[in-house]
Amino acid sequence: MKFRLEKRDYRSTRMAVLVPVVSLLVSFILGAIVLLISDANPFQAYAAMLKGAFGSQTKLQYTLVKSIPLLLCGLAVGIAFRLKFWNIGAEGQYVGGVIGITWVMQFWTFLPTTLLLPVGMVVGILFGAMWGGIPGVLKAQWSVDETLTTLMMNYIIIGFAEYLYFNAWKAPRGNMGTVLYPKEAWLPRIWGRVHGGIFFALILVGILWFVLYKTRWGFELNMIGKNKRAAECQGVSIKKNIILAMLLSGAIAGLAGVIDAAAVTHQLTKGVDSGYGFTGIIIAWMSGLNPIISIIVSVIMAAIETGSDALQMTMKLPNAMGAVLQGLILIPLLAGNIFIEYRLLVIKNRKEVTA
Amino acid sequence: MNMLDFITKLLAATLAMGTSLAYATVGEVYTQKTGILNLGMEGIMLMGALAGFSTAFNTGNLYLALMMAMLVGGFFSLIHAFLCITMRANQVPAGLAITMFGTGLANFLGERLGPASNGYNLTGMNIPDKFSNIAIPFLSDIPIIGALFDVSLLTYALYILIPFAWFFMYKTKHGMVVRAVGENPRTAASMGISVTRIRYVYTVIGGMLAGLGGACLSLSFTPSWNEGMTSGKGWIVIALVIFSTWNPGRVVIGTLVFGGITSLQFSLQAAGLKMVIPSQFLGFSPYLITLVALAAMTIINQKKRGSFASPSALGTSFAIDDK
Repeated sequence: MKFRLEKRDYRSTRMAVLVPVVSLLVSFILGAIVLLISDANPFQAYAAMLKGAFGSQTKLQYTLVKSIPLLLCGLAVGIAFRLKFWNIGAEGQYVGGVIGITWVMQFWTFLPTTLLLPVGMVVGILFGAMWGGIPGVLKAQWSVDETLTTLMMNYIIIGFAEYLYFNAWKAPRGNMGTVLYPKEAWLPRIWGRVHGGIFFALILVGILWFVLYKTRWGFELNMIGKNKRAAECQGVSIKKNIILAMLLSGAIAGLAGVIDAAAVTHQLTKGVDSGYGFTGIIIAWMSGLNPIISIIVSVIMAAIETGSDALQMTMKLPNAMGAVLQGLILIPLLAGNIFIEYRLLVIKNRKEVTA
Repeated sequence: MNMLDFITKLLAATLAMGTSLAYATVGEVYTQKTGILNLGMEGIMLMGALAGFSTAFNTGNLYLALMMAMLVGGFFSLIHAFLCITMRANQVPAGLAITMFGTGLANFLGERLGPASNGYNLTGMNIPDKFSNIAIPFLSDIPIIGALFDVSLLTYALYILIPFAWFFMYKTKHGMVVRAVGENPRTAASMGISVTRIRYVYTVIGGMLAGLGGACLSLSFTPSWNEGMTSGKGWIVIALVIFSTWNPGRVVIGTLVFGGITSLQFSLQAAGLKMVIPSQFLGFSPYLITLVALAAMTIINQKKRGSFASPSALGTSFAIDDK
């Protein structure tokens, strides 16, 4: 018996749905093995996680609040991934957003308080865009490897944020973090802990879906990702599109930071880098770069995170379990992606049977 | 403290710092030479650090610890190889997956493999033995160069490994096969070379060396376990591969320069420069320098029309029946 891969004529839609779903299941099964090895009952652990993520109204709200920046980071990364620009710097662009809005809130006191929020959001988004734009320009102009530049930019801005937190912007009295933003400038809550940022995220999903699937620019981005040379022959400027896509990607990651700062933390906190940028990569990949599907995936990822926090509290298990599960999802997903474009042929006694 | 002493101390610190980087970089050079980009280094090194430390903690045997670190590193890179070679997955997200899974798992197990008295946590535990420096009499007394002869066994081993890795790559027939697979897999395959096998073998070897590099951190450099203790070294390794222009011999230069800058930053901090420059700025300076150097290197390379180019087939999958 032998196995062979044969290219499909069309992408298999069934597989495109099946592969992420199965990957999620596989990751939970492998995660159960990790739990067993570390002397914990996987059923109990998963039940605790589920309860911790969706068990009550407040818990559901926590999960939703967490899913907002995750969704935005997933969208941000997804745009860059469309043209195979590996932006792993959403983390840093997110921090850029937080620094931008904190700067306005703390120092632009000449503004009327009502203007602080909108101006702060714009400045934060611009900071994010700039932090994403620099690797974009480096790649477009001199083809400097973007995986490394975006990642190095993460470390730089996280160090800089730490400097602001400990030195330059420190609150006058031994307060935790920087000075709180004026209360009038907070992004309001709409349902318990869930805040208005959810509208920004959902509206952005709609806009991006339209831009990516219904406009010429979206088509161009896709073409660059699929076949660079063909895109060039069609007169599509790769340089210009890389820079544009990275500005947009950075801006959206910046928006994620801005929203979380304006609605949840109301200040620059220590350890502002919360891993959203990396989880965004998983969300983008699992949703097949589709903004609408990203909504569901980001809620699942948020649930894994709030669930693993609950795991730590109720079962004294490290909350790194969430990171284990999230990391585990990508492996079967990447392995399974091949079946979307290829079919597996099982060759048995000279008879070909399709599986 | 006179200048001579300062330089000698700096070189000693550089060697201690650079050892873990050098192992992983040599490994990644070999992996990339066959055409496979393994961005999982950060996760693999962290798993190696954990495997090494927990083995040493539980058995007290340092050599067993090194073997475990290599075994774990090899296993993780085997996953990468399977994804990229057999399943033809894109190598960038595959590497990111390995890094995310590896970091998550290492941090999880770091809180589970410790003694019950410490809440199963490995952080804050000590190992009975570590790889300490062994001074060679007379040689280690020479100013500056003496630092080369007062290092740990792990560093001495590098003095053999790096020349060997260079010789093997450029002076043996098998080294030529490795390079051919990364430059032109189709031609290599038509000459009867199994591209798949070569790529598997060197991806796994690369991961084993990365695991070893991680263990250098937890068994010698800072003998302890800390969450995320590689702190981006796995990514620096990817940059060092570019700086060494995919030549295992030149890994020495890159690691010495990078290790030197990082150690200099530490000694400047200790010397009280943080009054002038905030410590956080010194903290991220290695990453800033890497970024600038990477950009400069790429631009220079283009001016020279790619004389330091990467292996042509780097990052692409290969299947014999592809049309």
